[in-house]
Amino acid sequence: MDAALIPPGVQRCSFKKFMVWIGFVLLLLLWGLYGTALCLIKGLNQTHMNNYYGFALWIFLDLGVIALGAGAFFTGFLRYIVGIDKLKNIINIAVIIGWCCYGGALLILAIDVGQPLRAWHIFWYPNVHSMLTEVSFCITCYFTVLCVEYLPIILENPQLDKNRFIHILSHNFHEYMFIFAALGTFLSFFHQGSLGGTFGVLFTRPFAYRTGFFVWPWTFFLFILSAIASGPALTLLITWFMQKVTGRKLVSYDVLELMGKIAGTLLFIYMIFKLIDTWYWIEHVLPSKGMTLADCYKGWFGSYGYWLLVAELGVFGVIPALILVCPALRKREFWLILGALMDCTGIALNRFVMVLQSSAVPTYPFDKWPSYMPSWQEWATFGMVLGITLLVISLSYRYLPLFPQEKELNRN
Amino acid sequence: MGHEEKENWSHAEKYVMVIDIDKCTGCGACVVACSQENNIPVRTDETDKYMSLNWLVIYRVTNAQPFPKTKVVYVPRPCMHCDDPICVHVCPASATDKDAKGIVSQIYPRCFGCRYCMAACPYHARVFNWYDPVYPKGTERGFNPDVSTRMRGVVEKCSFCNHRYQHARDKAIAEGRVCLEDGEYIPACAEACPTKAIYFGNIKDPNSQVSRILREERPHVFRLLEKYGSEPSVYYISRQDWVRPRLDWVLEEEHKKYKNSMK
Repeated sequence: MDAALIPPGVQRCSFKKFMVWIGFVLLLLLWGLYGTALCLIKGLNQTHMNNYYGFALWIFLDLGVIALGAGAFFTGFLRYIVGIDKLKNIINIAVIIGWCCYGGALLILAIDVGQPLRAWHIFWYPNVHSMLTEVSFCITCYFTVLCVEYLPIILENPQLDKNRFIHILSHNFHEYMFIFAALGTFLSFFHQGSLGGTFGVLFTRPFAYRTGFFVWPWTFFLFILSAIASGPALTLLITWFMQKVTGRKLVSYDVLELMGKIAGTLLFIYMIFKLIDTWYWIEHVLPSKGMTLADCYKGWFGSYGYWLLVAELGVFGVIPALILVCPALRKREFWLILGALMDCTGIALNRFVMVLQSSAVPTYPFDKWPSYMPSWQEWATFGMVLGITLLVISLSYRYLPLFPQEKELNRN
Repeated sequence: MGHEEKENWSHAEKYVMVIDIDKCTGCGACVVACSQENNIPVRTDETDKYMSLNWLVIYRVTNAQPFPKTKVVYVPRPCMHCDDPICVHVCPASATDKDAKGIVSQIYPRCFGCRYCMAACPYHARVFNWYDPVYPKGTERGFNPDVSTRMRGVVEKCSFCNHRYQHARDKAIAEGRVCLEDGEYIPACAEACPTKAIYFGNIKDPNSQVSRILREERPHVFRLLEKYGSEPSVYYISRQDWVRPRLDWVLEEEHKKYKNSMK
């Protein structure tokens, strides 16, 4: 039924099967839209946020997806600026994942503010000293860059490509893509960094606060490093997952392995600096605020226990770094995927503690640890973003030539 | 008023609050006065205190000893109007500002409710309007016309009753004075306190009541979360040696040093 829209030479499932899948995705989207509508119409009282948890699930998810979506700009940087040609085989899906992550983050941010219709105030009355201002400007600009990067991929649809003007336009976009890759890299370095700075500058929240270099706290640099260490890992994971779901080879293993090597090397470097940073925070930053490590964790187990520190730095930090830098392990699919999965989990945990634990650690010695469990409306809003992501990836995979190697890898 | 003259008074004023914890009975009159003065709405269900709208709260703090050694103090906590206010630094839309006389104010029509200031403020002095403001029937007649009501989705906070300052200044200008007299401008909480535990005034005036008290009570004066470095403008006084270490983060060796200095 839709055969004319499918790129020539590739196989896709039947239209009926595709529609059943899209039906499931639309159900998820509808649930998400209902939750979102409640939050927009009735207000943020629909969430379980409160005066202690001003930042909660949504901000954690924003930080998480922005870090994990860094595969778009960093793969683009390595492909177009550094010139690693092999990455052309995975760059399209990296851009689409990045577009979904950043688009989703912007969408959630718009719902997360108390007065969404005033969101433009951030651009009209900007406070240049606020890290959040830098984040807003850079993310908005970078999302525009991602749209420009996504456009030539859409224009490659066989029906669109028949039009001579679109064909030439698409070709020219590809020719000049290095400019957008450079611009995207510049913007991304700043917003990834300023997201780290958003928490690192909080000298009144000892759990998040870090000293730094000039106006940038160390979290500024750590967030950049951790994003480029986890972004390629998520791109690798999603590509692998798409191969499993579709039952087709989309990218050769050496490309996936290269993505794993990039992620692993950067994660290894990140972990060195992160461990030094944690040591300095425990030994110098916390005592300067009159606190000790024990004041920042609620025992060993349970919510906000030391297990989070062990999990973030050890289990999902050092271990995946070692797995991914080891060539022998990387060559085996199981270890490559496990390493990438643990890498992404560790970075997500880092964003979790930066957002949630920073708010939870009692600021007064006599205060209690507050608790927080997201409402279904908060989960639904995330479900909506997930639904949009699934929809965009599904449609893109079916109707756009995302993987240049696909035809060759599935020839027999 | 000429520009030069305006400059003079702004540099001669810095308002601070001094709270004598040992005098506070925790009666809550200050909280009620604050709510009344600033048109703070009430909800029918206030069971979840983390959602409550209060510009001033009273913490009940004990010495963590079992009965009969238990001791209790009540600690009123308004906005600290910090000299290095983290909320002003972080607000992305410039919706909060610190003026020359030391008051940190919130511009409600500009705030878009991102709550970064709440995540930053360690005193929990900022509260969010989770709901549309609702006032019990008839109470609108008691609204203070000098204070705007706030809408759902914005952050609000104690203003040290800034509107009272405007009135006092208008009066002073009408009478041809440049500086306010001590006690001419005080917030509603200080005025309502039955035990006179809350003092308020200009710390730049060496003869003001707050300057005098801070000088006289020097060994017993402290500020909350002083090491966090935001330089709060609210000072606390307690002559009981267990109070300060319970209210602020004090490392063990510092605690011993502090105890010795109190002897």
